[in-house]
Amino acid sequence: MNIIVCIKQVPETTEVRINPETNTLIRDGVKSIINPFDVYAIEEGVRLKEKFGGKTTVITMGPAQAETALREAISMGIDEGVLISDRAFAGSDTWATSYTLSCAIKKISKEMGGFDIILCGKQASDGDTAQVGPGISTHLDIPQVTYVKKIEEIKDNLARVQRLTEEGFDILEAPLPVLFTVVKEINLPRLPSLKGMMRAKQAKISHWTAKDIDADLHNIGLSGSPTNVIKIFTPPAREGGQMLVGDTAEVADKLVGLLKGEVS
Amino acid sequence: MGIQIINEKCTGCALCVKACPFSAITIAAKKAVIDLHKCNLCGACVSSCKFKAIFLEKPSEEISKADIDGYKGVWVFAEQKKGKVQPVAFELIAKARELAAKLNTYVAAVLLGSNVEIQAQELIAGGADIVYLLNSPQLSNFLDEPYTNVLVKLIRKYKPEIILSGATFIGRSLMSRVAVKINAGLTADCTGLDIDPDKKLLLQTRPAFGGNIMATIISPNHRPQMATVRHKVFLQPELDKHRKGKIIKEDFPINDLNSRTKLLDVIEEVENLVNLAEADIIVSGGRALAGPENFQMLRDLAWVLGGAVGASRAAVDSGWIPYSHQIGQTGRTVSPKIYFACGISGQIQHLVGMQSAKIIVAINKDPDAPIFKVATYGIVADIFQIIPVFTKKFKELLNK
Repeated sequence: MNIIVCIKQVPETTEVRINPETNTLIRDGVKSIINPFDVYAIEEGVRLKEKFGGKTTVITMGPAQAETALREAISMGIDEGVLISDRAFAGSDTWATSYTLSCAIKKISKEMGGFDIILCGKQASDGDTAQVGPGISTHLDIPQVTYVKKIEEIKDNLARVQRLTEEGFDILEAPLPVLFTVVKEINLPRLPSLKGMMRAKQAKISHWTAKDIDADLHNIGLSGSPTNVIKIFTPPAREGGQMLVGDTAEVADKLVGLLKGEVS
Repeated sequence: MGIQIINEKCTGCALCVKACPFSAITIAAKKAVIDLHKCNLCGACVSSCKFKAIFLEKPSEEISKADIDGYKGVWVFAEQKKGKVQPVAFELIAKARELAAKLNTYVAAVLLGSNVEIQAQELIAGGADIVYLLNSPQLSNFLDEPYTNVLVKLIRKYKPEIILSGATFIGRSLMSRVAVKINAGLTADCTGLDIDPDKKLLLQTRPAFGGNIMATIISPNHRPQMATVRHKVFLQPELDKHRKGKIIKEDFPINDLNSRTKLLDVIEEVENLVNLAEADIIVSGGRALAGPENFQMLRDLAWVLGGAVGASRAAVDSGWIPYSHQIGQTGRTVSPKIYFACGISGQIQHLVGMQSAKIIVAINKDPDAPIFKVATYGIVADIFQIIPVFTKKFKELLNK
């Protein structure tokens, strides 16, 4: 089974804070990490390989430093890493990003003689769009199941999976090749093993440019992006309100009085 | 096309370094240097520079003005489940009316389902001028491919200038697929929508970096302009049963209904009577609950208030309540009218999932808990003592 995992390197958002004086993001010392949701995709890829054999490839689009994220994925058990990096990708929105990743997947597919499953995290913690995964499957014209919380079974080229919904979950069957975006509930990611870390250190990471993946220049970067960001601002910080003090009954009466108009 | 520093004008003041949300600018030899790998070409630096030393060239028009002018109307994808249109669709129709008034155009709802005609009338009562109705047993439940196929055909036929959908599980999957197929711009999870008075473009405002920054996004040269929108950001419309509108039944080739994925079963985990995303009131519990049995106390309060039960990651990871209740960065984002944070310390990962609630009531033993910084009403108390009292008092108030 050939498995491709798409990941993104993101700022460790827990450390993102707003400087109240300048009203800008404080970035000093903000580490880059693998998008938390992608870690579940990596783990699921490794588990599928352990169960069915085959090969796992992790890809990311980003600057040279994103290689760290690929090596971290390899330390968890992924076989190979590919960094897709080119100045021409600057300004990519989700449309252009999913196009670019789909071009890279086509190249991997050619080299490996096809692929069976593409795994993505449900969304990235910096942009929170959840659009790149479905974008990739659409560019590749393959089926997708988003928000997968469990891969129940894969048999005879059919995967049976559970998709999270607002009310519970759906059970769906999808033919391979297929793309899944996964949620946290799907597994408990392992920590990298010592052996894995050694292997990750030495692993050769392929670097591909726009030309290497045969991307149409009209579809990448800013010119391939239908959306443009025109303004970025920090929202007014939520102000703390009032503390309700007194004994239990007093506090309860105060709260009920304050919320009276809001509950019905 | 691209961005560059005009070195003659740059003074190395570093205002742009501070303004850049992507850490793409550094100062080297007293001049700003942009790392194009990190740069998103958002232009935040351009407006921050007092010396006009940053030059940003945007790409030329993709489709001609005449083509763009051919797109008219504000559409809402009226997501239905079990034949019932979801509340977020009505919120969007109300907003669509406002946008359509500024554009001097019509509002349409697109309804895909099986035997859903009665819901089409509701959509008109909510503010739709036209309902495009696609009726087929194969559309009764959402599947990515048939829904994408028929929606794409409809868009190509009628050319709407704007399409809105709830940022639901379904909406986010479907719209992503449609946008790629028709080469349109799509903005995820918007919390603000407006029309630029001069250019008549849809201004789409959304949180990023877990709500730490907001971005306003446009799709200037592609149509339709597509956005998914968060629940509960806009108000429900008053339903007017006498409102007149047109229901247009659309035909489509049977091939469009083919789906490679098959839906085998729909499982409802009926822990919540109200789904979290749509709930007006959420009562959430954290680590201080100390065990699964204590969630009953929250369920009691939620029941009295007609709300839903949520949880922090700590409570979910402890196995006290299913993951589908988790609120925060790795769970769900909610924006209820009232959010009760019971024994939740208020780590940033939790805050990003609930800080857009209108009112936050925080109850915690620790007076220094970070949750109090965002709480509308803070109460330093033992949840086990005070919550049953709240339940009792609200019960009296509401005669339940």
